[in-house]
Amino acid sequence: MGNWVFQPSHFAAVLLFALFASTVFGVTMREKPRDMIRYGIYCFVLFVASAIALSWLMYFIAR
Amino acid sequence: MRYSQKCMATEENKKTSTKSGAQEGFVYLPLIAGWLVPGGGHFLLRKWGRGALLAVSILGMFVLGLAMQGKVYSNAHDILDILGLAGDLGNGLPYVISRMLGLGDVQVMVTTADYGTRFIVVAGLLNIIAAVDAHNLRTGRKS
Repeated sequence: MGNWVFQPSHFAAVLLFALFASTVFGVTMREKPRDMIRYGIYCFVLFVASAIALSWLMYFIAR
Repeated sequence: MRYSQKCMATEENKKTSTKSGAQEGFVYLPLIAGWLVPGGGHFLLRKWGRGALLAVSILGMFVLGLAMQGKVYSNAHDILDILGLAGDLGNGLPYVISRMLGLGDVQVMVTTADYGTRFIVVAGLLNIIAAVDAHNLRTGRKS
């Protein structure tokens, strides 16, 4: 990779992870293209929403 | 008298036989191809769109993991290393190539390197899901 280092923020890493994982989930878990898109979006929203919810939970636990 | 149309040369049966004709050969080939090359199993079954999406997602995750200075597991000393190695092996040929080129062989120096290590492991696990999906398509369990 040379000297190039990719250093995304925590939230950008969450978004990238959610995007790739939900794409694979959508393609593999449903049969029709329309259902794949809907399930992919559903997984993406759940990934991001649960990450935000858990972050706030840990924030309040730490205080 | 009732006649079964199951084996008759109806239009529907002709379409089915043509379709299955493209899927002849070794049953586990899409599974193995899908494991070695992300999306390869789907390409073998002529599912170009699905294969491309899987390849971009899995390879993208793997490459970004390496770019974040993630660690590629080479040996296992404890249970967590064994699990990490098992996940990494799911990547197939990208794992072998990265090991040959010495990529991912760095000490974790930045915070994002830890994310990178997880990205590489999860890319391998997602690749296994994709390979099993290709196998299900091949056996007709999924359309």
